[in-house]
Amino acid sequence: MLNGKLSRKRRGYIGLMRALMYAFAALTCALVLFLIAYVLVKGVPNISWELLSTSPSYLTERIGILPDILNTVYIVIATLLIVLPLGVGAAIYLTEYAKNKRVVAVIEYAAETLSGIPSIIYGLVGMLFFCQFLGMQTSLLAGALTLVIMNLPTIMRTTQESLKTVPQSYREGAFGLGAGKWRVIRTVVLPGCVDGIITGCILSVGRILGESAALLFTAGFAHALNGIFEGLTSAGATLTVALYVYAKEQGEFGAAFAIAAILMGLTLVINLAAALTQRYFRRKKAL
Amino acid sequence: MRSRFDEQLALLNKELIEMGALCEEVIALSSKALTAADKELAKKVAPLDAEIDQKERNIESMCLKLLLQQQPVASDLRQISAALKMITDMERIGDQAEDIAEIVCFLDGRSAENDDLMREMARTTIQMVTESVDAFVKHDIMLAEKVIADDDTVDAFFDQVKTKLIKKIGKEPSDGEYALDLLMIAKYFERIGDHAVNIAEWVIFSVTGVHKEE
Amino acid sequence: MSSIITIDKLCLWYGSQQALKNVSIDIPDKSITALIGPSGCGKSTFLKTLNRMNDLIPGIRITGSVKYGETDIFNFATDVSELRRQIGMVFQKPNPFPMSIYDNVAYGPRTHGVKGKAKLDDIVERSLRDAAIWDEVKDRLKKNALSLSGGQQQRLCIARALAVEPAVLLMDEPTSALDPISTSKIEELALQLKDKYTIIIVTHNMQQAVRISDNTAFFLLGELVEYGATEKLFSQPVDKRTEDYITGRFG
Repeated sequence: MLNGKLSRKRRGYIGLMRALMYAFAALTCALVLFLIAYVLVKGVPNISWELLSTSPSYLTERIGILPDILNTVYIVIATLLIVLPLGVGAAIYLTEYAKNKRVVAVIEYAAETLSGIPSIIYGLVGMLFFCQFLGMQTSLLAGALTLVIMNLPTIMRTTQESLKTVPQSYREGAFGLGAGKWRVIRTVVLPGCVDGIITGCILSVGRILGESAALLFTAGFAHALNGIFEGLTSAGATLTVALYVYAKEQGEFGAAFAIAAILMGLTLVINLAAALTQRYFRRKKAL
Repeated sequence: MRSRFDEQLALLNKELIEMGALCEEVIALSSKALTAADKELAKKVAPLDAEIDQKERNIESMCLKLLLQQQPVASDLRQISAALKMITDMERIGDQAEDIAEIVCFLDGRSAENDDLMREMARTTIQMVTESVDAFVKHDIMLAEKVIADDDTVDAFFDQVKTKLIKKIGKEPSDGEYALDLLMIAKYFERIGDHAVNIAEWVIFSVTGVHKEE
Repeated sequence: MSSIITIDKLCLWYGSQQALKNVSIDIPDKSITALIGPSGCGKSTFLKTLNRMNDLIPGIRITGSVKYGETDIFNFATDVSELRRQIGMVFQKPNPFPMSIYDNVAYGPRTHGVKGKAKLDDIVERSLRDAAIWDEVKDRLKKNALSLSGGQQQRLCIARALAVEPAVLLMDEPTSALDPISTSKIEELALQLKDKYTIIIVTHNMQQAVRISDNTAFFLLGELVEYGATEKLFSQPVDKRTEDYITGRFG
């Protein structure tokens, strides 16, 4: 006969475990909330229109982060422009064209490994290769190229996953009608992958925004206000680098926390955008 | 595979053989009643014919069910459709035998005068029926061909009987009814022979797929 | 009736495994030929060889000749794209593209260079009519093809294949994923189409082969065991293996 009741000892044990799990979850939430609150409390009071729209001036002892904002934007654009064709192209090759399974496995493993390397190493290598060997000096372009290498695995992986979700039957149907391989990819496979590619993009933007160590070595810390082409070829600090400089080297914690608050806000916005995009495309596909 | 279907086909076969045996029995009985002028024997024919009719209904519904359920093709289809056709002929044989027995009752004790001829005709016809059923059981095309050939013999006998009876009517017009009764019996035997030929032809169809159209 | 496709001593290997052994057969023009046989006997592989869909599978080796009309389809000079236009294919599971019904049917013609809305409109309407589905979709051509039922999707795939005006239509078990009513609609369609097209249909359903085909080929373990007029093959098969298979005496 089944005895429906557990022993007291067992019930106690289960209860203890459950309490412990709740405690851990609560701790995690508390940490996140504390972090956000601390940054906002220390940073928001320092955010002013003046801060956002001017560049620093030694004469008037004014701090402005407009150049840093612009530099960040330039680097994001430059990185995306280069990494998207490279990453999507590589993913298409690996999924649609490559016949040798071992070669594909090797390339995929290499990409995975790339994404795990600490970013400061990228900074070092980027500095030596892009800045010194290729003669680009400390510039946003060198920084962008370094970020390209860092984000290539992400774009490749998300695009590949997307490509794999396209059923083989679509490709067969298109081939059966006499379409050539590239036409099949362009008209039947890629349209179904757009959502994956966009998600990969958004994730990459998030990573670029948050990158500091690599850019420290390759893009420098200048605060000059430039147009895009001039900006790319000269040194410039992004928001993250600027944060480091203000906090560590100039002791301007107010400005640093202000930047931190802005960056945090941007991160939340990016994550929200990624989630919304995924939901939008999922709904579209379910039609 | 399809063991249930095979069981059903085996059952069909068994029923057909039993019906064939009944046919053999029924004409042998009629023919004996005729030559021995035995009314009692003749009375035994009707119930046998009823059995034959029942068997025809059974086998017919069995065949239709098999066609519906099993969607047979090739040899299975030939076997079942041949069975459907054969039972019609066998049932007619039973009817003809009953008709002969009926007339024997009317003859009222007079044994057949054209003894030898009628007896020969009866014997050949019985043999044809037996052999056609045999051919079916053994899937024997040669035997079936023999049955078809034997029909000529029976037809020849019938012509001979007819000629003799015409002469008899000419000689003794008052005995006309008796002569006509004998003629009808001879005709029934000839018809039984034709039905045996039909059965033989369906046997050949079930084996080869070719049904001879005369 | 002349032959439109002539196959001579066709052999096919998947790596080291031989899937087709010396298959020789002449497919007559404007008729329906059914390919039957147990699972794994090679009939689908054979079908896919005829429009070179097997090219998509790595590791395949083929010997022997397949002639479409006068052309050897394995010749280097053969334009595979044009071959597949003339020999169209309908698959086992309906596979419309995730696009509108109109775009699905127009995909083939656009691939082969047809431009101009008026022309495409004409082709789309003609194809959907030929596939006996025009009346059901004419008011929603812009709707996504995936919103159609299974049977309708399969007829859409047939329309899509017909849009490029092929001479031959290869059908790989086209009704095995459909309900009985859709199945009989597609069988009716095949019977109508055979006036204009040559149809080769792989089917597991022998009653279907008996119902619609003019000739039947029985495959077993990669070999063509028997080929002949359908009525004759199903009532008086020559080879005992054929008899055993069609009477269901072996799987």
